[in-house]
Amino acid sequence: MFVARSIAADHKDLIHDVSFDFHGRRMATCSSDQSVKVWDKSESGDWHCTASWKTHSGSVWRVTWAHPEFGQVLASCSFDRTAAVWEEIVGESNDKLRGQSHWVKRTTLVDSRTSVTDVKFAPKHMGLMLATCSADGVVRIYEAPDVMNLSQWSLQHEISCKLSCSCISWNPSSSRAHSPMIAVGSDDSSPNAMAKVQIFEYNENTRKYAKAETLMTVTDPVHDIAFAPNLGRSFHILAIATKDVRIFTLKPVRKELTSSGGPTKFEIHIVAQFDNHNSQVWRVSWNITGTVLASSGDDGCVRLWKANYMDNWKCTGILKGNGSPVSGSSQQGNSNPSLGSTTPSLQNSLNGSSASRYFFPPLDSPRAGSRWSSYAQLLPPPPPPPPLLEPSCDADTANLQYPHPRRRSLSRPLNPLPENEGV
Amino acid sequence: MEELDGEPTVTLIPGVNSKKKQMCFDWGPGEMLVCETSFNKKEKSETAPNCPFIYIIWKDVDVYSHILRKLFNESHGIFVGLQRIEEELTGKSRKAQLVRVSKNYRSVIRACMEEMHQFAIAAKDPASGRQFSSQVSILSAMELIWNLCEILFIEVAPAGPLLLHLLDWVRLHVCEVDSLSADVLGSENPSKHESFWNLPGNTQTLTELELKWQHWREECERHLQDGTFASSPRLESLCKIMLGDEAALLEQKELLSNWYHFLVTRLLYSHPTVKPIDLHFYAQSSLDMFLGGESSPEPLDNILMAAFEFDIHQVIKECSIALSNWWFVAHLTDLLDHCRLLQAHNLYFGSNMREFLLLEYASGLFAHHSLWQLGVDYFDYCPELGRVSLELHIERIPLNTERKALKVLRICEQRQMTEQVRSICKILAMKAVRNNRLGSALSWSIRAKDAAFATLVSDRFLRDYCERGCFSDLDLIDNLGPAMMLSDRLTFLGKYREFHRLYGEKRFGDAASLLLSLMTSQIAPRSFWMTLLTDALPLLEQKQVIFSAEQTYELMRCLEDLTSGKPERADPDAQRLQDDDIETTKVEMLRLALARNLARAIIREGSLEGS
Repeated sequence: MFVARSIAADHKDLIHDVSFDFHGRRMATCSSDQSVKVWDKSESGDWHCTASWKTHSGSVWRVTWAHPEFGQVLASCSFDRTAAVWEEIVGESNDKLRGQSHWVKRTTLVDSRTSVTDVKFAPKHMGLMLATCSADGVVRIYEAPDVMNLSQWSLQHEISCKLSCSCISWNPSSSRAHSPMIAVGSDDSSPNAMAKVQIFEYNENTRKYAKAETLMTVTDPVHDIAFAPNLGRSFHILAIATKDVRIFTLKPVRKELTSSGGPTKFEIHIVAQFDNHNSQVWRVSWNITGTVLASSGDDGCVRLWKANYMDNWKCTGILKGNGSPVSGSSQQGNSNPSLGSTTPSLQNSLNGSSASRYFFPPLDSPRAGSRWSSYAQLLPPPPPPPPLLEPSCDADTANLQYPHPRRRSLSRPLNPLPENEGV
Repeated sequence: MEELDGEPTVTLIPGVNSKKKQMCFDWGPGEMLVCETSFNKKEKSETAPNCPFIYIIWKDVDVYSHILRKLFNESHGIFVGLQRIEEELTGKSRKAQLVRVSKNYRSVIRACMEEMHQFAIAAKDPASGRQFSSQVSILSAMELIWNLCEILFIEVAPAGPLLLHLLDWVRLHVCEVDSLSADVLGSENPSKHESFWNLPGNTQTLTELELKWQHWREECERHLQDGTFASSPRLESLCKIMLGDEAALLEQKELLSNWYHFLVTRLLYSHPTVKPIDLHFYAQSSLDMFLGGESSPEPLDNILMAAFEFDIHQVIKECSIALSNWWFVAHLTDLLDHCRLLQAHNLYFGSNMREFLLLEYASGLFAHHSLWQLGVDYFDYCPELGRVSLELHIERIPLNTERKALKVLRICEQRQMTEQVRSICKILAMKAVRNNRLGSALSWSIRAKDAAFATLVSDRFLRDYCERGCFSDLDLIDNLGPAMMLSDRLTFLGKYREFHRLYGEKRFGDAASLLLSLMTSQIAPRSFWMTLLTDALPLLEQKQVIFSAEQTYELMRCLEDLTSGKPERADPDAQRLQDDDIETTKVEMLRLALARNLARAIIREGSLEGS
């Protein structure tokens, strides 16, 4: 992984959330400066801020996109005790000419009496629905019955969680076997060691959300929670950011074994637990196929977790600040990283900074002593492979001549690799 | 890339101080967003930060290399061909096929390496030159490893031919350097000996060869003991080398570019009929002797050693740690799986590993704006999670152009991914509605089979008609066909447009019956009835009688239905009064026209019946 681009956000205060749209062509940022900004990616790959407006009268904690089936819709939540829904207007004004888009507030959701800490759109198969949670311990679920009229949202459910709520996550599964489900985390830090993660499930008969499970083992404040994309599994995977990163599986116990009509019961197992962040973990989020979990912690790093083909979870990547002060123009980067000079060399960027991981020194590097250089000097033609499928591939390599670096010297150990030069 | 094992890769974000701040982030389909933040401060921060940056993180750099793109493109064809190799093919023909496939892969690597080398030479600035060169050496290493795997795992050369292959392997990758060394190397130039021992495969048995070789060797030894070459130390050394004397060989270490060169040379002169099973022993001792404790093995050494040990899993594992992209491990593992080696090697996760690596590779391709199309085929050949992965990836492809949208849709339709087809069409329909392109919106909602949205768009069409008095997108509406049945409103739109066409073609009788049936069958929304009745006016006013008496009664019933159902309005404002005025006039005109038509129809029908 490597930094392809950096963009000056130009927010006047701390940014609290960044959010890609469904296709990754737009992003939204929100900040303590009470504004939301929308950024659009041009054909050339540059990002431009196309809208910036004051959204709330307090810090904006989260910003999130609705599925594009519902148009261009954003939701934000704030310290000002409200959540809001925004829609982009395709105007006939000259906004378009100036490369600006226009967003209008469709609704303000004012039911909370305290800071609204998270806002999430439900999976699209449920329709246009929105959940919020707030410091007063209530999860609220709203619905826009008419997707063409986003000014009308009705409060469908109020779920009392008894604990100050910090985060929510919808179960993305669209399988008919799974009822709509939402997990709620609490960052209540009072000394009583109550379980901080509750899972609510929608009951078709009562038309209400009922508590299905409480994760009894999670008793420290929870800052973020995320269901993984389902991939057709019968069970669910839930990641939790608390004093460490935890990954749970929730296997539904067969219905006939439970009392009929009640919420699904789950067999809950912890499959991974990592304290590499050394302290509080603040965010967890899955990639779109649910194969990699990213977490962000007090150590200032984003860590990537991945299970291998034997289902062993490991940290496979770390994004880390290099600590140097910010400088430079607003849009740095290179659209052609492999060829450009601002990007790190292949090995550095991909193999990381640890010297022991150094693998393929460049041909004409000062490290001519490496055994690697020796066979890349002068390559006689390969035995002609009989063309089977791609005869055009059989390039004539007979005249391939490589520059001849000095021969290897056996006694010289490898030089350590300078840490990620050029990043 | 994230490797299977080993230490995590570290990516540094410039300008972010991890000691003081934290990072918030988000995943995109191909990229990641990272931004400095502070999670602990929940209230307004006391000090404004100094212009925070948002960072776009790319996962796989190689996808963006122009030259490697060729590697991806061309190997894709080989991969797809390999998947189609007849499963029934067994024995020799199957093996020959697989070896050919392997060679094809290697020639693609070589072609790519050659091109990369040209770029390295032509590079204007040293930095990019270095980068190209480093990629050349990576590709070169890939080819070296692949070739060895081909010999050991795919070709499965037996004792005798095994060394032949290894000689080719070394010759291909280790190069004679200059004339000076060529002189000395002449002594170990395999070509001199080839005619001598190239035979076993054809005419001689291995035992015959062993015998002859032993005889030759004894002769050499005798010469050495007799001091035949005592006058010339060089010739003596040469003789020692020909006897496979390791110390003598190592004296010429400078000419042996690496340990595996040493290994093959040593085998050639001391154990030409080495068995595959004994290879690892000689390999390990050659490596140890060659390095002589002066340096430790590098990753490449470990990979080759694992291959000599026939430890396929270790080869793949080490490669995925060391190499810069999933291309190599994914394709090699797939090929080895087709050789039925992963099962044979008792890896219970064998086919899982193949799929795991292919999924990683294909996901990487999806980060690219055009290479994703190659990724589709790789997903297709992952039986377990391929389909669901493809579903998740393909719906995220940005639909910037209609052409691209149609391409994505075709891929989904070919695979019966109905939900993805629906969703993509719905997204496009919504986009079109928002931009007021009603025709496009309608055709996308028909394709999405989205009745509710088709109704919504039809209403827009009708509203536009009421405002402007004409229809847009006539082509589309005229050719709805069975799609018209998707929603009542769409049916009405289609039928109403048909009425206009009939009217335009002066087929007044048909037009009149259709108009009436739209109301009596309740297809027309009541809000539209007044418009329909108004449309009836000119037909009522025609010279000839068009609506029969019975039809006229029906029309009158519709009008009365509509007017009697109207609630009394309290507190009418000026505008409404004016509207009501127009409405009242319209109703009066209709009543008059209907009455007149009824009279004419009765007379006409009566006289016709009378005649």
